[in-house]
Amino acid sequence: MILVFKIIAMRHRIRREAQKIMKLRTVCAAAVVALTTAFGTVAVNAATPKDMAVIVWQLDELITLDPAEAYEFSGAELAANLYDRLVFYNIDNTDDIQGGIAESWSVSDDGKTFTFKIRDGMTFHSGNPVTAEDAAWSLQRVVKLNKGPAFILSEFGLTADNVDQKVRATDARTLVFETDKPYAESFVLNCLGSWVSSVLDRQTVMQHEKDGDFGNGWLKTNAAGSGPFKLNTWKPNELVMLDRFDGYWRGPAKMKRVALRHIPESAPQRLLLEKGDADIARNLGPDDIDQLAKNADIGLRKVPQGAIYYLGLNQKNEQLAKPQVAEALKWLIDYDSIETNILRGTKVQHQSFLPAGFLGDIEDKPYRYDLDKAKALLAEAGVGDGFKVTMDVRNTYPTADVAQAIQAMWAKAGIDLEIIPGDNKQTLTKYRARQHDIYIGRWAPDYLDPHSNAQGFAWNPNNADDSDFKLLAWRNAWDIPDLTRRTDEALAESDTARRSALYEEMQREHQKASPFVIMFQDIAVVAERKGVSGFEVGPNFDVVYYRNISKE
Amino acid sequence: MTPDSKPEAQIPAPQIPGTGGRRRGALTATPQWAASGLRLLISVAVTFLGLLAVTFFIGRVVPIDPVLAAVGDRASADTYERMREELGLNLPLWQQFGHYVWNAVRGDFGTSVLTSNPVLTDVRRVFPATLELATVATIIGIIVGIPAGVIAAVRRGTWIDHVIRVIGLMGYSVPVFWLGLMGLLILYAKLDLVAGPGRIDLYYEGLVPTYTGVILLDSAIAGEWDVFRNAVSHIVLPASILGYFSLAYISRMTRSFMLEQLRQEYITTARVKGLPERTVIWRHALGNAWVPLVTVIALSYGTLLEGSVLTEIVFSWPGLGFYITNSLLNADMNAVLGGTVVVGCVFIGLNLLSDLLYRKLDPRAR
Repeated sequence: MILVFKIIAMRHRIRREAQKIMKLRTVCAAAVVALTTAFGTVAVNAATPKDMAVIVWQLDELITLDPAEAYEFSGAELAANLYDRLVFYNIDNTDDIQGGIAESWSVSDDGKTFTFKIRDGMTFHSGNPVTAEDAAWSLQRVVKLNKGPAFILSEFGLTADNVDQKVRATDARTLVFETDKPYAESFVLNCLGSWVSSVLDRQTVMQHEKDGDFGNGWLKTNAAGSGPFKLNTWKPNELVMLDRFDGYWRGPAKMKRVALRHIPESAPQRLLLEKGDADIARNLGPDDIDQLAKNADIGLRKVPQGAIYYLGLNQKNEQLAKPQVAEALKWLIDYDSIETNILRGTKVQHQSFLPAGFLGDIEDKPYRYDLDKAKALLAEAGVGDGFKVTMDVRNTYPTADVAQAIQAMWAKAGIDLEIIPGDNKQTLTKYRARQHDIYIGRWAPDYLDPHSNAQGFAWNPNNADDSDFKLLAWRNAWDIPDLTRRTDEALAESDTARRSALYEEMQREHQKASPFVIMFQDIAVVAERKGVSGFEVGPNFDVVYYRNISKE
Repeated sequence: MTPDSKPEAQIPAPQIPGTGGRRRGALTATPQWAASGLRLLISVAVTFLGLLAVTFFIGRVVPIDPVLAAVGDRASADTYERMREELGLNLPLWQQFGHYVWNAVRGDFGTSVLTSNPVLTDVRRVFPATLELATVATIIGIIVGIPAGVIAAVRRGTWIDHVIRVIGLMGYSVPVFWLGLMGLLILYAKLDLVAGPGRIDLYYEGLVPTYTGVILLDSAIAGEWDVFRNAVSHIVLPASILGYFSLAYISRMTRSFMLEQLRQEYITTARVKGLPERTVIWRHALGNAWVPLVTVIALSYGTLLEGSVLTEIVFSWPGLGFYITNSLLNADMNAVLGGTVVVGCVFIGLNLLSDLLYRKLDPRAR
């Protein structure tokens, strides 16, 4: 039995180590700043081969490469480079949807039937031709497998039983996609342009099918697509190596090889980049960004990302349910100070539920720090002396830091905020059970369409505890029949300009009345060595392309 | 006067808090091999059952939803329910535990949610990296630590002793990730003496077939000396840093064991007999100090084999410590259990090994 106790002790140890890691990021950053000040900038000699791009990135979340299953940023991003979709985005203007595997399409008059003409002469990595059957089968497969991201397609009324009729190839070059009711054309195309709709090489995948799994077991660690890159190697927590596919229909990629290396910490990423052992670094902390900004060999790029950073106020809490309290809390945050002192270029202020870069986004930022106004609102709500409330906080940068800043700001109005730290899965489990008071978190849209966030923040068809739809409005017990109806309306609006106007109107109301304190939007900071260009990072995680990366 | 009277009394508490002392004598006390073998087997079996019980119930008690970990935040209620059934979480708890033990006995620890590989496959992949790092670190610890400890003991109170003890103390107190980053910054980035994070340069990736997973061995077997040199340049820094900690411990212990031996009368006798001082110290005194040292080294090696999470993160070293920690943070309980069992096996193995060595070194135990 001695070993049992040893194991218990070890588990404690592991937990302690885990906590240490939480702190490590900050301490590491501080250590490196201190050290570089002492030793000056790092010596440079470029070392990566000319025809290979090396990207350093946190890859530990990568679980599966199967596009029908992947729900992680890295998995969706890799799908964008290993596979093609029916349509794809112009990276500079994502409202402009272009033909991918489908060279053209048409929509029936009732808005429910989409017919895609498949491009001729395309081949998969295996050499098999890309056909409408492959496309139909790939979409059917997503619905039948019913993994995490399946809802992106099944929300069109597709089920395992009807999908074979609704999504079908009428001949080798014609694909028909039928929805249960009319949806905005832009919405349908945006969903068919998301990673989950990647077109797979049916013959190759089915050779590896086991027990009716549609090849899912095999595709977790393999790829069978027609994208600009083929999978060479994936070593979990170590690296992903991609080889160029020379037969790519838009012309072969410029790099023969792209390697993604898993480097968990910011400081080593920076060292590798400065040393020339990496060409692109993607998880740099504010301290390393500051230092790299001074390095003439490194270029920094900031790309707005879809993720929204917000507070969710549970309406089951009697204080938070008062509209004046919710509004007061929005006036009680010093957005400027948090942006400059804590986030330092990794996020920008944003106060509406659609991220900049999405259809219907607005720039309005009505709230700023105003203690007097907040106090007046709190007095109006009958809590002029403040109240006690808790916040569940992920124990990582910058969430923990932002929460502490908010704690100090709210204390000035007499609000006693207790911070409950936890790890991601812990806080999320509590949030989804609606047992929190306040949750501080991040919400990233699932696909590049305004509906993803509208559905998250402004749609709650059933506020009961056993609702089937546990999105953000539900999680905060915010019962909103009117907004729910309008979200559905905007979804069905086929005129894109009108659709956009509907979202703008909804957001302005939402800003005023919602129990969401929307604060910031993510920025991706991409650091590249001089001479590296063409790395295309879009506003959503499944729109990142390696094909045009080149090195001088 | 027996040369090694009561060496056990001086064995310090092992590095892992709460692990308690090692039960010595299971092999030495009983002369019958069969009986002791049986006892060993039963103790291993009971230990495993306890281990499984503890990890299983901790896994069920933590306020983390494993289904959520598997299907993601926004899956539909239907998908969620299906995964719950797939994971067997809808069964009564005792049934879940039954399945669990039965599978574990057959060597099936399930599939890791994070990597979607069978846990054993994952462990087979990450453990060699840790084994390689821990072994090189321990060798460094032994080669440097033992002589340093002996010299410190012999020259007790002199400046050499102080220098060695201060260096040892630093090894104890400086945070490993700071040392790691500093090493990277100076030796890799600034002076270009060693390679950067990772086990091997990208261009050497995949050149050597995998026999053992230990790159140093694999490349030597394949005769790929370029790869071997590259792997050495990668491992030298993290291994030295871990080795530093190991040597701090080993040298401190060596010093104290040696001081104990040097006080013994047989040393005086040996000196009186006119044996050269070198022989007295390195053969007679150290020869007896070896017995407790084996335990110290085994414990220190075992600790390193658990995987050193911080070092692994700083050096992007894909080892066991990182694997278990990452799995824990992601509620991947299958992987945590599998990893924990491996660590348990490593400790059993090391205990056996040090018992065997003990027999060899201590004539009375034969």
